[in-house]
Amino acid sequence: MVKLNIDGRMIEVAEGTTILNASRMLNIEIPTLCNHPKLTPFGGCRLCLVEVKGVPRPLTSCTTPVSEGMEVTTSTPALEDLRKTVLELILSDHPNDCMICEKAGDCTLQELAYFYGISPYNPPLLKGDKGGFLGERRIYEKRDGNPFIERNMEKCILCGRCVKVCDEIQGVGAIDFAYRGFKSKICPPFERDLDCEFCGQCVAVCPTGALTGKMWQLRGRQKDIKEVDTTCAYCGTGCNITLHVRKNEVVRVTAKEDKWNEGWLCVKGRFGYTFINSPDRLKKPLIRIAPKHIADFGFRISDLNSEVRNQQSAIFKEVSWDEALDYISAKLKEIKEKHGPDSIAGLSSARCTTEENYLFQKFMRAAVGTNNVDHCARL
Amino acid sequence: MSSVKIMVCMGPGGIASGGAEVISAFESELRQANVSADIHKGCSLHKVGCFGLCSKDVLVDLIIDGAKTTYQSVKPEMVRRIVSEHIIGNLPVAEWTADENYHNFYKKQVKVVLSDCGRIDYENIDSYISEGGYKAAEKVFAGMTPEAVTAEIKNSGLRGRGGAGFPTGVKWEACRKTAAGQKYIICNADEGDPGAFMDRAVIEGNPHAVIEGMLIGSYAIGASRGYVYIRAEYPLAVERLKYAIKDAHERGFLGSNIFGSKLKFDIQLKLGAGAFVCGEETALIASIEGQRGMPRPKPPYPVFQGLWGKPTVINNVETLANIPYIIKKGSAWYSSYGTEKSKGTKVFALTGKVKNTGLIEVPMGITLREIIYDIGGGIEGGKALKAVQTGGPSGGCIPANMVDINVDYESLARVGSIVGSGGMIVLDEDNCMVNMAQYFLQFTQSESCGKCVPCRIGTKRLLEILSRITKGKGRDGDIELLEKLSRDIKSASLCGLGQTAPNPVLSTIKYFRNEYEAHLKGKCPAAVCKELLTYYILEEFCKGCGACLRACPSKAITGEKKKLHKIDPAVCVKCGACFDVCKFKAVKKE
Amino acid sequence: MTNSIREIEGMEVIFVIGSNTKETHPVIANRMLKAIRKGTRLIVADPRRVPLVRFSEIFLQLKPGADAALLNGMAHVILKEGLCNDEFINERTEGFDEWKKSIETFTPHNASKITGIPEEEIIKAARLYGGSRKAGIFYTMGVTQHTHGTDNVNAIANLALLTGNIGREHTGISPLRGQNNVQGACDAGCLPNVYPGYQRVDIPMVKKKFEDIWGVPLSDKEGLKSTEMTLAADKGSLKALYVMGENPVMTDPNIGHTIEVLKKLDFLLVQDIFFTETAALADVVLPAACFAEKTGTFINTERKVQLVRKAVEPPGDAKEDTWIIAELSGRLGYPMKYSSAEEIFEELSSLWPALSGISYSRIRTHGIHWPCPTKDHPGTEYLFKAGFPRGKVSFTTVRYLPPAEAAGLDYPFVLTTGRNLFQYHSGSMTRRIASIEKHAGEPYVEINTEDAKKAGIKDGEKIKVASRRGQIEIKARVTDRISNGILFIPMHYREAAANVITTDALDPHGKTPEFKVCAVKIGKIKVSGE
Repeated sequence: MVKLNIDGRMIEVAEGTTILNASRMLNIEIPTLCNHPKLTPFGGCRLCLVEVKGVPRPLTSCTTPVSEGMEVTTSTPALEDLRKTVLELILSDHPNDCMICEKAGDCTLQELAYFYGISPYNPPLLKGDKGGFLGERRIYEKRDGNPFIERNMEKCILCGRCVKVCDEIQGVGAIDFAYRGFKSKICPPFERDLDCEFCGQCVAVCPTGALTGKMWQLRGRQKDIKEVDTTCAYCGTGCNITLHVRKNEVVRVTAKEDKWNEGWLCVKGRFGYTFINSPDRLKKPLIRIAPKHIADFGFRISDLNSEVRNQQSAIFKEVSWDEALDYISAKLKEIKEKHGPDSIAGLSSARCTTEENYLFQKFMRAAVGTNNVDHCARL
Repeated sequence: MSSVKIMVCMGPGGIASGGAEVISAFESELRQANVSADIHKGCSLHKVGCFGLCSKDVLVDLIIDGAKTTYQSVKPEMVRRIVSEHIIGNLPVAEWTADENYHNFYKKQVKVVLSDCGRIDYENIDSYISEGGYKAAEKVFAGMTPEAVTAEIKNSGLRGRGGAGFPTGVKWEACRKTAAGQKYIICNADEGDPGAFMDRAVIEGNPHAVIEGMLIGSYAIGASRGYVYIRAEYPLAVERLKYAIKDAHERGFLGSNIFGSKLKFDIQLKLGAGAFVCGEETALIASIEGQRGMPRPKPPYPVFQGLWGKPTVINNVETLANIPYIIKKGSAWYSSYGTEKSKGTKVFALTGKVKNTGLIEVPMGITLREIIYDIGGGIEGGKALKAVQTGGPSGGCIPANMVDINVDYESLARVGSIVGSGGMIVLDEDNCMVNMAQYFLQFTQSESCGKCVPCRIGTKRLLEILSRITKGKGRDGDIELLEKLSRDIKSASLCGLGQTAPNPVLSTIKYFRNEYEAHLKGKCPAAVCKELLTYYILEEFCKGCGACLRACPSKAITGEKKKLHKIDPAVCVKCGACFDVCKFKAVKKE
Repeated sequence: MTNSIREIEGMEVIFVIGSNTKETHPVIANRMLKAIRKGTRLIVADPRRVPLVRFSEIFLQLKPGADAALLNGMAHVILKEGLCNDEFINERTEGFDEWKKSIETFTPHNASKITGIPEEEIIKAARLYGGSRKAGIFYTMGVTQHTHGTDNVNAIANLALLTGNIGREHTGISPLRGQNNVQGACDAGCLPNVYPGYQRVDIPMVKKKFEDIWGVPLSDKEGLKSTEMTLAADKGSLKALYVMGENPVMTDPNIGHTIEVLKKLDFLLVQDIFFTETAALADVVLPAACFAEKTGTFINTERKVQLVRKAVEPPGDAKEDTWIIAELSGRLGYPMKYSSAEEIFEELSSLWPALSGISYSRIRTHGIHWPCPTKDHPGTEYLFKAGFPRGKVSFTTVRYLPPAEAAGLDYPFVLTTGRNLFQYHSGSMTRRIASIEKHAGEPYVEINTEDAKKAGIKDGEKIKVASRRGQIEIKARVTDRISNGILFIPMHYREAAANVITTDALDPHGKTPEFKVCAVKIGKIKVSGE
């Protein structure tokens, strides 16, 4: 354990703890854009600079480990001034189009700009008629063709989180820094389109609007969003996810860092939610009107959706719940009477909830009277 | 029978001026001249490293029975006469021998690191050994404890020659004391300052000194592996070093059981891909590890957690090349040179507006005046000295009125500059200081790794402000803005590159604020900044020869033969062609 | 899983066999990567060079279906080199000596001949796994979807018992469940031989307990497994089938046969969120709510009960499955009255002590691993801490048996099927997601570069793949990810459905179909005019 003093308060923390994390334990807020609790420290944004007694220049608190007897000051006029300059520099190379940005309201850069009172139209450093820091901005003509991740690289602040998460968490390394100087950028090899696992971990850690989900576009920002914590419905891992709902529509899926999956998801978990609103969803009970042999369909169907829709209306008619349920119960009763309960079987689903499965087997056993119940565990 | 030794400079300057052609000319002339076989027998031709005075290359030393004659500016066609008159006829070709200037160039220099450069054959390990090479390493392995070695280096006062000036012995001691199964020593040969070629000359002229320095270092800190991180743009240095490492292996100086000990040491070359920032030690480490060369925050320092997370010492080429000489001759000898805190000698690449440009090695504490006027031979064309830029893009400028300053770490720091890796650019009245600052900023900005905001965007904004000032579009308050932003970049940047990038701006503002102010008022006092210039023809000097008219690419000049010519400022593109061609100094720029 | 996902971090050795974890359980793979970054060592055994191999220390590229030989071979080395955990074997197992004899023939040499893995790699893997007392084994369908899948699982268990890598933290045997709630469906009793909580239907006392609580007489006759239902329908003894949220046409082997059989039924009821391939054969189709439209629980692969919350309303007249079942039940004369999913969960948890301590209020923010017998019990991250339920657990002798179908002259390739990262199971959800379709919407068969060269097949060329049961046309993906003589087709694509070709041979114990091995041939498609 190491004892140190932060802003006049003593704290004892484990060896190797960074000044930033030690400060957080004391609820001392130090601004940062590049630091992420699940990733190794980077030290690139320079916002978390603090003063350490005896050290001539400010140190980044995210990378500096504590040492015994250290005296740290996290906020001084000089430090705040530096932070302001850094933010002004970042915003001088940023579109500042928050009014149409997907990330508005959920953007760390926007928050910091707000708290430091920085406006692109009136930088406090401004001396002449135009802003002192206003200068060339990076323009990215190229749009990435991948279907999952929207890359607005002019909004990228090169904090490196996406690069780190892709390497350290996902083990993919699909992107990295390229070029030098002001032209530095983050891109896939040879600036090709992104082609990766599309887990979207990079989207989750991006502190600005540079990386967002393609299908999120113009479907609602964080304002007016209802967040519902639930469990992912794909594989058996059972990641905890959060559905972002606007006007009875799931518009985004995220994951929280404090859940067991630490905020990480895969492509299906993060981007595979739009089936919920698919126009193909069944909306009415259907009863067959055509004899069964017509339903014989081949397996060389290229366009799945239109094919299915055609078939559906040709073979089935839409009915009310009462009509459907009465029809089913009559059928089942008839078969049970004629052939006994064991002539009926039920296939339940590993996709449904535990409660539904419980009820299903109870229905088969208690209402129908057979143990012919199984599900697809083996497939 | 007389012995003849011909040494041809094959340093960077020598090669650029045709050293290889001169050598083959000597070879063929000597072959043809075999009329005198006994002379030929005792004659050897050597390719040697840098002589120093690059402006007079190709330099050739002709040593006949120990007596040395130096020829300067030798061209292949001159060789026949040198061979027939001097080697055969024993009569030096007086008109081609080095002049007084040449000898002045060497007079005030003290050669330690460069002592064997230009004397020994870089391709021949025996040549190095015969001059006492690997004796220092033998001494260390045979009878010194690692602690004694670090103590000796500490006592010598040797400080890192790469720029930061950190005491080498202290660095070694810290690494020595860090417990770890594996440690590394890295030679930083990623020399990137524009106009600097100290390390290149050392490696090309005396590669074994670097290897021996690393070997001694490995013993002192307990490293079994070493890397030389070298620019791929130095193919010759790479080739000579590879060759030298191979030779050292064959002689048992590298490999296992070195000097009969149980110790192992191997050196591997890593070629840099031309990123200036990879000279920064943490970026260099990242690059060796196969990552993008981006600096990492310190602490932890590399001596505790360096390459692959293991304790690592990184020393610059010149630092390491000093080591064998210090061990051989003793720390007291070494520290007899220099000032109280800056010991020994330092190699500088003297360039710019001095008469003698080249590679010099001087004792620390020598005055700038001695370097410029005694060694450098003064300013070319009799113009006035304006300033000296030291330390390359990370350094600052020293104005002419401070020319008596001592050149050492402390004194230069006091006036806002640095020793740096040894770049020294002499500026005269024709140099514009704002333009100069812009030049260096252009370099650092394009070489910024992009990792941290102040360096990536901050230097870009500095550059933009400088550039608008040089274009006459500066605004009120721009000078203050430059100062403020420079200070912020210095304190907020991650690595040495960003922390020093604003130095040229700050020091030029400090000493030449009036030039900045003049630019804001629309004038470039040195008449360099194109946008602020006007060209016109002086009535009294114009002879109407038409030379300027013919030279003008934009047809801005009109005038009849033998009559006064005129420049139309609206059409003039300020290319300066008329200024250059006018024999009568009738074209004026302001 | 005997142990939890969290415990992956802290294992010294991870042994993944027959699982393409990085694609099918990506977030578990993330946890493995995190562990590897901290020093955990990884062994991967798979016929394909799956993405996880990149992070492994040892990669065992075995022939499809040779799992048991590899596992026994490793056991042989562990025994021979004395790496076994004698204390554990003595105290907590039985049948060791007899089993030991059965392992004698599985020398690395013999194992190498069957598996195609070099001897020294088998030895290296055995030393690595056997040398650790904090080692976990992970597997999925690559192990189970064989005619001898149960044997393979037993061989895995033997390995864990031999080294004592079970019953402690950071150890265990971990089958990774492919679907969100396989665990929950099993736990809730959707199995033909057991009531909720694995209580056997043929034990009178158990039957009595459920009769008392449910208030009706129950059958003590073990029911049909899903694969047996198909057989019964074919024979004519099964007349009606109620399918909730399943798509057997796509997911069962030998599609042609499945369709034929389903058409024989008198009555097929399908309840789903989409009009699936199976729905097209139904008499009645009922629209159900999806996971975002209902409340309930999923129990994940590590036995963790987690909440599912309703976020949006179902479309049109679609209803939650519980409502539909209750309505039907009422019409069949057995009314079910529940006011919420929570009430159903409480009934279930009251019937099985492993769930008794879990309630909705306890799992509001974080799930709980069963068994959790009381309200103050923290849940159980890893099983068998205090011993095995039956005291001692047996080693099971596993012989190596070849797959049901072998490659031969007529059908020279072995086809193995599986999944890819982007699509999910029968595709009824993911194939309706535009982004996924754009990126991974086309079926393909992976074929080795050399095989492709020999057959004159170019990357991206459409070819024929046929077995004794059927034939599909599909684009070739030429890759070195797969070995010579082996093909891989992902199961998701109906337009080139892998299950048109697959065999319906079943494992005699688990009744799992052998999706991982069948013999096929390939051919170029003749372009007209050629």
